[in-house]
Amino acid sequence: MNASARRVWGLVYRHLTLYRRSWPRLVEIAYWPTLQLLIWGFTAAFFAHAHGSPAALGGGALIAGVLLWEITLRGQLGVTITFLEDIWSRNLGHVFVSPLRPAELVVSLLAVSLFRTLIGLLPAIIIAYLLYSFNILVLGPVLFFFFVNLTVMGWWVALGIVSLLFRYGAGAESLAWTIAFGITPVACVFYPLQALPVWLQPIALALPPEHIFAGMRAALFHHQLAWGELAAAAILNLLWMLLAVAVFAGQFRAARVRGALISIGE
Amino acid sequence: MDAIDVRNLTKRYTQTLAVDDISFSVKPGAVIGLLGGNGAGKTTTISMLLGLLVPTSGSIFVLGRDMAKDRFAALARMNFSSPYIALPQKLTVAENLRVYGHLYGVPDMRRRIAELAEQFDLAGLLNRLAGELSAGQKTRVALAKSLINKPDLLLLDEPTASLDPDTGDFVRTALETYRRETGAGILLASHNMAEVERLCDHVLMMKQGKIVDRGTPDDLIARYGREDLEQVFLDIARNNVRERVS
Repeated sequence: MNASARRVWGLVYRHLTLYRRSWPRLVEIAYWPTLQLLIWGFTAAFFAHAHGSPAALGGGALIAGVLLWEITLRGQLGVTITFLEDIWSRNLGHVFVSPLRPAELVVSLLAVSLFRTLIGLLPAIIIAYLLYSFNILVLGPVLFFFFVNLTVMGWWVALGIVSLLFRYGAGAESLAWTIAFGITPVACVFYPLQALPVWLQPIALALPPEHIFAGMRAALFHHQLAWGELAAAAILNLLWMLLAVAVFAGQFRAARVRGALISIGE
Repeated sequence: MDAIDVRNLTKRYTQTLAVDDISFSVKPGAVIGLLGGNGAGKTTTISMLLGLLVPTSGSIFVLGRDMAKDRFAALARMNFSSPYIALPQKLTVAENLRVYGHLYGVPDMRRRIAELAEQFDLAGLLNRLAGELSAGQKTRVALAKSLINKPDLLLLDEPTASLDPDTGDFVRTALETYRRETGAGILLASHNMAEVERLCDHVLMMKQGKIVDRGTPDDLIARYGREDLEQVFLDIARNNVRERVS
């Protein structure tokens, strides 16, 4: 393992060890996706029972939407809570005076986030299959594309939140739980773009999830790959990620100028 | 090559001049005490030496590396300990040392942790959670962490604050041993004057962001006509400097 990979592994090991020892933390990771799935799964089952086959198809889209959107939410929370864990434990001072580069810090946060996302979604995926006979794999290989793009979106939102933590300290930590949820109305997870008011549609179009979920509905309802939507999602993700990295780098530098790395827990 | 070479270092916040045009150097193997009252600029100076804080002006070279351009190369060869920064409480002592062993790229980490466990009497604590330790045990673990990479330069911010005399003496002895065995430089910020007299070859007295006096502990005590460094500290803190020196 080269020096950079070892430093990344050092921080990943720190957090994996924490989860290995703390079952409440593991439960917390899976709790919300499972709860969301149960609520929307029973809702979908009710409509399918009452209105028959078309509603069942819509119910499948509902469940797929819940599971896929949770990828973004878990990805974002995975990064921000991992960063907050070091703030809460007053450990960041030691981390920042080690040879760990800011880019390595980011990579370690993303790696822990990926672990949290997979662990968090697994129970919900299994429950969707057992309770509602919905197999997420029915989406086919394009599911991998959805997963990557939704995860990346969670990550750039998270980097924006970590930047706010550098700027405003732990006082901004409540944003870790709220910002991605706030995007949900314009993510078009459960409805097409046309369901939004006209003035909100440009905002939705500027974000990757509208395109991803349009692609999901095309795959589920018409068994088609909407390449245009998928390409738009990937390009938008790339642009937003570049912006988030630039903001992160700028705020990290600004925090070093202001002395905020020393007092970030306040 | 000096372990630390600071030239005309200044840190200005919007309304505060925290460090005001200070210059000093630390020779390899020397132990330098950074003294001053609360708000004198000690922590700000150490933060700039560690790259946590960007200076407003001036230069810092640590172990021959310019901290403005090449701080990570220097950080790999230095380390830091402060009672005000914790180690993760839910990790065991061994896990904490492993984390920092990875971050500092320590070769043969198992052996290094065993050495530190012996040196700091941690063998019985390696599998205990850091959060379950007493203050004295935590200090020993923090010190072990700060030596995990066998640093050539060690920065310590009040390493014996709120420790009982026995643990404090243990820490001071460990630092003396480390310095003797490795020839590492140490910069020590402390309010414990007896500790500074015992450990430090040279003392920098800070007040309101400036270095207002410097010298060996004996030299300062003689120049101020006092019996110990604590009285010198009080003279400086209470503005008796000019009267005493003149």
